[in-house]
Amino acid sequence: MNANAAAREHPHYAGGREPPREIGQLGMWVFIASEILFFGGLFVAYVYGRSHWPNGFAQASRHTDVVLGTLNTGVLLTSSAVIALAVACAESPAFRRWTARLLWLTAALGVIFIVVKGMEYRKEWHEHLFPGPGFELDAGGAQLFFMLYFVMTALHALHLAIGIVGVSLFAWATGQAKSWAPPRRIDIMALYWHFVDVVWIFLYPLLYLVERHS
Amino acid sequence: MSYLEDGLTLRSWFFTTDHKRIAILYAIAITGFFFIGGAAATLIRLELATPAGDLVSHDTYNRLFTAHGVIMVWLFLIPSIPSVLGNFLIPLMIGARDLAFPRLNLLSWYLYIAGGLIILASLFLGGVDTGWTFYTPYSTMFSNSWVAVTLTGVFVTGFSSILTGLNFIVTVHTLRTPGMGWFKLPLFVWAIYATSVILVLATPVLAITTLLVIAERLWQIGVFDPAYGGDPLLFQHLFWFYSHPAVYIMVLPAMGVASEIIPCFARQRIFGYRFMAYAILGIASIGFLVWGHHMFVSGQSVAASMVFSLLSFMVAIPSSIKVFNWTATLYRGSIHFDAPMLYALGFVGLFTVGGLTGLVLASLSLDVHLTDTYFVVSHFHYIMVGGSVMAYFGGLHFWWPKITGRMYADTWARIAAVLIFLGFNLTFFPQYLLGVQGMPRRYHTYPPEFQVLNLLSSSGAVVLAVGYLLPLFYFAWSLRPGGRIAGANPFHATGLEWTTPSPPPKDNFEQLPEPPQEVYGYDPAKDPRHDPARGGAMAAEPVR
Amino acid sequence: MNGDADARLSSSFRLLEQSASTIAQRTDLLFTAMLVLCGVMALGVCLTILVFAVRYRHGAKVERGNIGRHLGLEIGWTLVPLVLFIGLFTWAAHDFTQLYRPPANALPVYVVAKQWMWKLQHRNGRREINELHVPLGQPVRLVMTSQDAIHSFYVPAFRLKQDVVPGRYTGLWFTATQLGEFRLFCAEYCGSEHSQMMGRIVVMQPAEYARWLGSGAEQPSLAQYGFARFRELGCSGCHAAGSTVHAPSLRGLLGRTVHLQDGRSLVADENYVRDSILLPRKDVVAGFEPVMPSFTGQASEEDIQALIAYLREGAIE
Repeated sequence: MNANAAAREHPHYAGGREPPREIGQLGMWVFIASEILFFGGLFVAYVYGRSHWPNGFAQASRHTDVVLGTLNTGVLLTSSAVIALAVACAESPAFRRWTARLLWLTAALGVIFIVVKGMEYRKEWHEHLFPGPGFELDAGGAQLFFMLYFVMTALHALHLAIGIVGVSLFAWATGQAKSWAPPRRIDIMALYWHFVDVVWIFLYPLLYLVERHS
Repeated sequence: MSYLEDGLTLRSWFFTTDHKRIAILYAIAITGFFFIGGAAATLIRLELATPAGDLVSHDTYNRLFTAHGVIMVWLFLIPSIPSVLGNFLIPLMIGARDLAFPRLNLLSWYLYIAGGLIILASLFLGGVDTGWTFYTPYSTMFSNSWVAVTLTGVFVTGFSSILTGLNFIVTVHTLRTPGMGWFKLPLFVWAIYATSVILVLATPVLAITTLLVIAERLWQIGVFDPAYGGDPLLFQHLFWFYSHPAVYIMVLPAMGVASEIIPCFARQRIFGYRFMAYAILGIASIGFLVWGHHMFVSGQSVAASMVFSLLSFMVAIPSSIKVFNWTATLYRGSIHFDAPMLYALGFVGLFTVGGLTGLVLASLSLDVHLTDTYFVVSHFHYIMVGGSVMAYFGGLHFWWPKITGRMYADTWARIAAVLIFLGFNLTFFPQYLLGVQGMPRRYHTYPPEFQVLNLLSSSGAVVLAVGYLLPLFYFAWSLRPGGRIAGANPFHATGLEWTTPSPPPKDNFEQLPEPPQEVYGYDPAKDPRHDPARGGAMAAEPVR
Repeated sequence: MNGDADARLSSSFRLLEQSASTIAQRTDLLFTAMLVLCGVMALGVCLTILVFAVRYRHGAKVERGNIGRHLGLEIGWTLVPLVLFIGLFTWAAHDFTQLYRPPANALPVYVVAKQWMWKLQHRNGRREINELHVPLGQPVRLVMTSQDAIHSFYVPAFRLKQDVVPGRYTGLWFTATQLGEFRLFCAEYCGSEHSQMMGRIVVMQPAEYARWLGSGAEQPSLAQYGFARFRELGCSGCHAAGSTVHAPSLRGLLGRTVHLQDGRSLVADENYVRDSILLPRKDVVAGFEPVMPSFTGQASEEDIQALIAYLREGAIE
């Protein structure tokens, strides 16, 4: 191929300012891979605990608030759908003006999740379920379960909070038509948001649904 | 205008996004950390010259070997080749103008510095005495040292590693010059790529493990405390799941460097390029499955130990393939003995010895006797120092002309290489014997029957120290005004980095370079460095 | 386990001067084999590099040229190491399994490690600190736990080592084949005085050992002490035959298969007994209520070892 055509193929020599979408997306996927391994250590600890203290884990799991947890799951799933819509709108000339509103809605749903989580934490604090000297569930492994519950959900909430900030920034930038918020970047933000949602989808059954059939 | 001249203010350095400048920022920082860790090692060897604990107290000694391990592993070895040589060379080797995410690259450096400063702060506060392995429950319940601070520093540095790895992976996937397929890549790029995959997948496990230890230490909640029904062995599994692949983070880049130096100075194509590339991938993947070989006597089940032992033998196969291929590359070549080659050949020899002793340790019944003794200490120093550090030095010497545009005094460089090789063996070979005789590691004082070997080892350390200090002088000397200028390709090496001036311009290449027809296109029968009629040692034209 | 045979074996091959257990011989044999193999490999590689470096140095008058592919060679030096490695693995693994199969007649000795000393107790109650007396030619089985950090029981002359972990028991067994004194080291870093946590193993003739064992200060055997604690701690209140509380019988417990509430079953070993005393809700026996209180803080490590000795040997109603 001739030198000019080759140069146009390579982003650093193409002369334009927009790098191809694939670069940012691949970057986000690699980051997500590292985050999976980050949460992975906690999942390993959970598997270890559950296999050594099946009774304790089952008992402890019944003390999580399944109503609030299920509500939160619905909130997060909805927010994922909303952000997916926002991305679609960003890329469609007809519905572009809805993008900012949908992004704000996504962030708002994220905030609702965090508020509900805070309510759960408050309830669990009053029920003496925080690990430490005041812990009141007397079953082997129950304290370990709650340690993992708090660490895993807190870590998830931290990631969600980062997502909320990011999505809000993009919502604002889109509303102001800033140049640093093109559709490809909103797409990458949405990828992160979906990842946070997927982590919750794994956490929810492990933390709320153990032995609830009775 | 070269990248070094493009902006002369401090601001232009501390806010740079140029991968070449970031590489230099890393190089300066890791050199500092290397000498701090080395100072700790010097004190350790001084103390160990005599059986009694007469130089420092027990607690100080324990903090010294911990500091040595923490600094050398996380602040020197892991960043060294990837963040210095990888950062500088990867875009050049593939024909790109920079990495995929240049600003993320700068963030990585700042995270590394922040983590390093936190770790240094914990040293100033009084240090940590748990060993770099932080085994629980000692580190969570019984140590009265600055564990949480140190681990916070490790956590922050870990994210520097993850982001660097991420950057390299995306760069190699998306920014190769058209026509440069995977099997046209220099093996150094393969090595850094595989290392980056390990960085991205293994380091997060260290991150979560450090968080759990900090949580247990600060709030007495955790999975590692038997009093809560937790298990100290769970810590070991989580820790080694990262720390074993971490050693491949340290050695794969070294192998990559050797694969660039040896063909150039033997003027010979690398033997078995494809097997070399597959071996790199093999080491990286199997390396994730062997962590339990650090735990054969820990109380782990016999069945698990069997699996880990078998896999540990398996991971040695790709490594041996590489050693054989480097050796074969010398066959019918035209061999030059410049400093980089001395380091590279030293690497191959010492890595071979270290790797073979790894096989000894992988053997279950032998490991029962040898684990936690000086045999292990010697094994990992052969690989990490005899291997990785030698390769890092070899790489520095090979690419110094490209990075700085200057040539160093090769005679002094060769003297340093020989001193390092001899000093290294005198320091660490006696330690194998100490291990076989049963001297445990992390011992401040020891029974008198171990003294002779310890004294030999400490004497070797003096020679080694001199060897390590020499490069500071001749490298600095090469940078003086009026120092010898190196051309674009003083060693007549293949590779795109040699087709651009020394030092390179800020944007690396004037126009998109075409990949060479053959990745190591050397012909020993036509050695331009030997035949003066073909241009002599300083010819600027690369050999294709 | 014939003393004479062992003595003959012990003089036949040794790597170091002290090769004082039945397992040491096998370890030394494998080590020497590996040393030879690895030595040949290392020398082979280094010599080849040297020979090539000299022969093909630039300027020498010798034929040079590119070397083509040599698939046969590459496959060869992949497969040959593979076969060798599998062989070595198998040899080492086989020897390793012996380490975890103590003979049935092994003498139990209970070990508690703490910063920075070793506390040992023989079955008849005789205690030792940092010393372990054992008879020649008789298998000895150590049941070990730690009171604090992880330690490691290491006797280089026996070529044996085992980490000693808090919260559970780990085991080590050996048959001493040489008379004399052998160093005992702690091999897992455990804090300030880790390097001074040393001791010695004293191997004596069986008759001498018996004399030594009986000559300590008058004390109850471990099992007798365990029986006393069994009553003092209130265990007999529920577990004795005449108790009104419905509690599992402990007769012949060790080695018996126990069926648990959640459907699992396990073989009761020392770790199970220890967990039952300290974490009674962990593995509740099928058909019983989880009403047993925990004795954490009331039963020390030595108490638990004594209780185990009592359950193993005592007459339990």
